[in-house]
Amino acid sequence: MAQTKRDLLIDPLVDNNPITLQVLGICSALAVTSSLEVSMVMALAVTAVTGFSSMFISVLRNQIPGSIRIIVQMVIIASLVIIVDQVLKAYAYEVSKTLSVFVGLIITNCIVMGRAEAFAMKNPPIDSFVDGVGNGLGYGALLLTVGFIRELFGAGTLFGFTILPTVNNGGWYVPNGMLLLPPSAFFIIGLLIWAVRSWKTGQVEEREFKIQVVEGH
Amino acid sequence: MGLRNFFDRIEPNFVKGGKYEKLFPIYEMVESFIYTPKTVTTAAPHARSYVDMKRIMTYVVIATIPCIIMGLYNVGLQVNSAYETIDPTGWRAWIISSLGIGFNAGNPLANFAHGLLYFLPIYITTLVVGGIWEVLFATVRGHEVNEGFLVTSMLFALIMPPAAPLWQVALGISFGVVIGKEVFGGTGKNFLNPALTGRAFLYFAYPANMSGDTIWTPVDGFSGATALSIGASQGYQELAANGMNWMNSFVGTVQGSIGEVSALACLIGLAFLLITKIANWRLVVGCMGGMIGFSLLLNLIGSDTNPMFAMPWYWHFVVGGFAFGLVFMVTEPVSASHTNVGRYIYGALIGFMVVMIRVLNPAFPEGMMLAILFGNVFAPLIDYFVVQANIKRRARRHV
Repeated sequence: MAQTKRDLLIDPLVDNNPITLQVLGICSALAVTSSLEVSMVMALAVTAVTGFSSMFISVLRNQIPGSIRIIVQMVIIASLVIIVDQVLKAYAYEVSKTLSVFVGLIITNCIVMGRAEAFAMKNPPIDSFVDGVGNGLGYGALLLTVGFIRELFGAGTLFGFTILPTVNNGGWYVPNGMLLLPPSAFFIIGLLIWAVRSWKTGQVEEREFKIQVVEGH
Repeated sequence: MGLRNFFDRIEPNFVKGGKYEKLFPIYEMVESFIYTPKTVTTAAPHARSYVDMKRIMTYVVIATIPCIIMGLYNVGLQVNSAYETIDPTGWRAWIISSLGIGFNAGNPLANFAHGLLYFLPIYITTLVVGGIWEVLFATVRGHEVNEGFLVTSMLFALIMPPAAPLWQVALGISFGVVIGKEVFGGTGKNFLNPALTGRAFLYFAYPANMSGDTIWTPVDGFSGATALSIGASQGYQELAANGMNWMNSFVGTVQGSIGEVSALACLIGLAFLLITKIANWRLVVGCMGGMIGFSLLLNLIGSDTNPMFAMPWYWHFVVGGFAFGLVFMVTEPVSASHTNVGRYIYGALIGFMVVMIRVLNPAFPEGMMLAILFGNVFAPLIDYFVVQANIKRRARRHV
């Protein structure tokens, strides 16, 4: 089944979203989504890393010995993450301070490794690059959605601009403090998965067991 | 029976193929609220008992009545006492004065009436908003609206602070019903207590309205600390200096959430639940044991910097939400452990965690809510190990 490049890019956005369907990369989605700006930077960083790491791994895929492939993949991914980290420190120091350890932790982000193992090792470079970018964007789309909800209702702002004036600043909106805590992202991601699966019913998993109907209503 | 005839006449509209078949859950709700349900389980195995789910739920609501009465009296008492120094304002004061009831804190009926004006808006909001969610899920999923919601809404309203804004009450019960219960499949499948889930959501979302010194008596400019926050900052020996002794904490004329102030009222409810066998006594024994054991241990260890170490178990029992949580939430059959040994462990875990959070955690003065939710999460695990241990024991016997 040949996938076109368009499919590779578009599919991970909703139909095969790394977070809502594959449930990968959850920890960073919980940690960095408290504001929209940070979510966006994180989304861009992950997209860049998945795209380029998939491409480079794919270029080398016939040279990498099977027994040490994970180590080789890690080296490539880690180099790219260091580059991203340095770029962020140079051009967006404030954001990079907020992201702190989570930029470095892109190395261990399951999505990056998952795409390298599942796709880049078996497909040509261009396809792999498109696939990596697509998955990065799928991750980013969810991050932005969660970041939007958390920043708007948790702090009443978007990208730092006041949308809902809060009570503390003389406005009317009482901010929901729970949305600024990482666990709230669990609920939001869970509700988003629910919403996506109600919309795309094909994503609903088969029941593991069936409750026997014994009542004759 | 005119009403029975009326139901029989309109029923065909709601059954499958009828004009309003989608609204069947609503019809069923009203009909089974008034009459005994006609549908019974047909397939074996099942034991026949008069105690069906409807009766269990109704009994729990009946058991909360002492708490409601004491809670309403106490809210009115606190407000009326505060009004001795602060001028009455707001629509409630207007109603009370135009009815000629007055603000005399020494008159139980005046206190009760005033408390009712605080409780009713919260309770009605809970019923309406939570009810809308219940009916919505029941209609979409085609199951019946359950009497369990009457319990959830009553408990939720009773654990609100009297000054809670109504929109927060609405948000809290929505979260409790949807996330705490319906996403897992509705009544009987909730592994968390829905009322506490809603309360916990509000506690973390709007800490300023759910904890502190100004929310327990809904009078502007009045501030009254709960026994637990005094205990945490100055030690329980100082409670007397703040007008609290063990007796009025036990009877329930102190600062606190609406229904949970009175340990005495909770004990009356507990007696009712135990006699009717709705509540399992093992849970109560486990929870009391865990609380008493761990607080005695902490008394023994002692601490120079943390006055809460010295609080004896009989104070832990009467302050905060311990008694209320013990009677109505620890004993909730669905979210508790289901094995008898597991029930002791589950109760003890909660009792231990309450004291742990109250004494050793500086961030939260009260620990009952978090301890019960913590226990809820562990209940299936406890059951699993109890069952596995039993299987192993029997397998050894059979060699």
